[in-house]
Amino acid sequence: MATKYDAAIAGEIIGRHGARPELLVQILHDFMDRYGCITDEAVRQLARELNLSRAEVHGVVSFYHDFRREPAGRHIVKICQAESCQAMGSRQLTAHAEKKLGVALEGTTGDSGITLEPVYCLGNCACSPAIMIDDRVFGRVDAKRFDGLVAALDGADV
Amino acid sequence: MSTVYVPLETAAVSLGADEVAAALADSATVVRNGSWGMSWLEPLVEVDVGGERIAYGPVTPDDVDELLGAGLLEGGEHRLRLGPVTDIPYLAQQERWTFRRCGLIDPLSLAQYEAEGGFAGLKKAFDVGPRATIETVKTSGLRGRGGAGFPTGIKWQTVADADGDQKYVACNADEGDSGTFSDRILMECDPFTLIEGMLIAGFATGATKGYVYLRSEYPLAKRIFAEALEIARSAGWLGDDTGGSGFAFDIDLHVGAGSYICGEETAMLESLEGKAGVIRYKPPLPAIEGLFGKPTVVNNVVTLGSVPDILAKGGEAYAALGVGRSCGTLAFQLAGNIRRGGLVEAAFGITLRELIEDFGGGTASGRPLRAVQVGGPLGAYFSSAQLDTPLDYEAFVALDAMIGHGGIVVFDDTVDMAEQARFAMEFCAIESCGKCTPCRIGSVRGVEVIERIVANENRDENLTLLKDLCDTMADGSLCAMGGLTPYPVRSALKYFPEDFTR
Ligand SMILES: Cc1cc2nc3c(=O)[nH]c(=O)nc-3n(C[C@H](O)[C@H](O)[C@H](O)COP(=O)(O)O)c2cc1C
Ligand code: SF4
Ligand code: FES
Repeated sequence: MATKYDAAIAGEIIGRHGARPELLVQILHDFMDRYGCITDEAVRQLARELNLSRAEVHGVVSFYHDFRREPAGRHIVKICQAESCQAMGSRQLTAHAEKKLGVALEGTTGDSGITLEPVYCLGNCACSPAIMIDDRVFGRVDAKRFDGLVAALDGADV
Repeated sequence: MSTVYVPLETAAVSLGADEVAAALADSATVVRNGSWGMSWLEPLVEVDVGGERIAYGPVTPDDVDELLGAGLLEGGEHRLRLGPVTDIPYLAQQERWTFRRCGLIDPLSLAQYEAEGGFAGLKKAFDVGPRATIETVKTSGLRGRGGAGFPTGIKWQTVADADGDQKYVACNADEGDSGTFSDRILMECDPFTLIEGMLIAGFATGATKGYVYLRSEYPLAKRIFAEALEIARSAGWLGDDTGGSGFAFDIDLHVGAGSYICGEETAMLESLEGKAGVIRYKPPLPAIEGLFGKPTVVNNVVTLGSVPDILAKGGEAYAALGVGRSCGTLAFQLAGNIRRGGLVEAAFGITLRELIEDFGGGTASGRPLRAVQVGGPLGAYFSSAQLDTPLDYEAFVALDAMIGHGGIVVFDDTVDMAEQARFAMEFCAIESCGKCTPCRIGSVRGVEVIERIVANENRDENLTLLKDLCDTMADGSLCAMGGLTPYPVRSALKYFPEDFTR
């Protein structure tokens, strides 16, 4: 669960990796794990401590799909959109999920419970279609299995 | 207590292996082995019966009670019983080289790794020295398994010959291609093989530091590989004096951040330097000026993982497998609409039909096969009439296709190939690094043009426009992202024209 930004702890995270510019992507991952998004404050602190410009930090944050500037829902549900899963009905599964959750891909449900996202291959292509919920991958997901998995999430109102 | 094996591997876990392991924990000693790669049978449970491993699968958590009742722990009869695991034809008919320990061992047991021949290749390299090590890799004919198929020995020679106070080995574990999972399986199921391969690459080229660039979509591989690094370090296989040889080498694990283009080697190096994954101009080659401007070996996981046994068994043994200039084996990955999806390691020369029909058992839906995409999102589509094509780098090039990382994605007759062509362009638009116009703008235009063709707006003109656009992207793009996206599009147009004119 994401916690509020805290400059001292952020500084510790940076210190643990080493305040070197080449570690920016790795540090950003830890920030995402802890804070759920990369705030302006985080960008400023990273720029200062890694001796980069804010534009440079911002450029890296915006380049990568994994890094977000706004917090996501409590759970992130990613549906694979790549070819192997397409061959097994991921387009239909996506349409079902959008209807079920009442949001389009990239959207978050009204209660902030679930953010629905596309992903391009989870390496589970022999068991397509695949989805990922937070850090767990699920294979051969049909509409029924999807509904069951989503219903089991805490705080999910679906 | 009896010993049962339940894989700790993404495909198995994605189908309930953790729950199966938990349900068995009270009745038996559960070993979390790697997967044999027979994903269609996951979770594949094995029971040790007098030293023989009897397989059952696919086992769901709900099957466990019934299986125990049927005498699972004594190898009893049951509808899910498959017999001795290594007799399963899907496995028995493979030519396992790089993946021979996957499934067999506990991935994090160094003792089992060594008992099954681990570190024999590295010891051989230490014995014969760097130059002879590179010669052995050259003799093997090993080519890069990441996609481009460049001869590995020549790349290593270039790095060895380059001047540099510091050199690096950068392992590409970005595995972004749809339909591929062999890097993941090796890292989850036999991680020490990759560590050994990197040590050999470092020793051969004079590099003392290695990086593994792993995609973030692989959390389990990350966990297992990070643990393997710790274990190898504590046992002295990484550090200042690896394996007591005096050779210093260590490996850092870096995690990508959801960008396909970071699999391209120069974008990967940028990302390893903490920057946005924007392509670098080549030359200079990474072998001369790579990570932090230093000579760098960039190799795929499977390339590096194939090296230990090449050293242990000799370059000739590897070169004896395969056809023409496609030496050795490739871990083909059967995916998409296929009955028996999974990893099939076989010598080059095997045909698409043998892989899809004999191993794969045809489509999962039971409907007729219509199209096959080989080599990931930048790879060409094949029609059902082309299934006798042998898997051979040169044979594929002759068909304007590529083997790439060995992913084979099957589609049945419900596929809409105009939609697949549109997706190829859309994917390029989403993942383009933005450095050059043909790719950045061309892919967006490509999506629009295909949508117009499908909507029957000025269809003939737009078809001509699409072909021109493909030529512009193929000829004018800085890297293979924009340069190869036309391949799936052109092959869809060529073999499935009816889908564009419905
Ligand atoms: C768009 C694009 C994506 C790529 N993705 C990967 C990848 O995920 N993994 C990989 O090993 N190689 C990938 N490659 C190929 C690498 O650029 C490079 O050729 C390879 O890592 C070299 O290692 P090898 O010689 O062992 O194959 C990609 C290339 C392009 C153009
Ligand atoms: S082809 Fe695309 S990905 Fe490659 S350099 Fe150009 S814009 Fe970047
Ligand atoms: S294409 Fe969906 S998991 Fe690989």
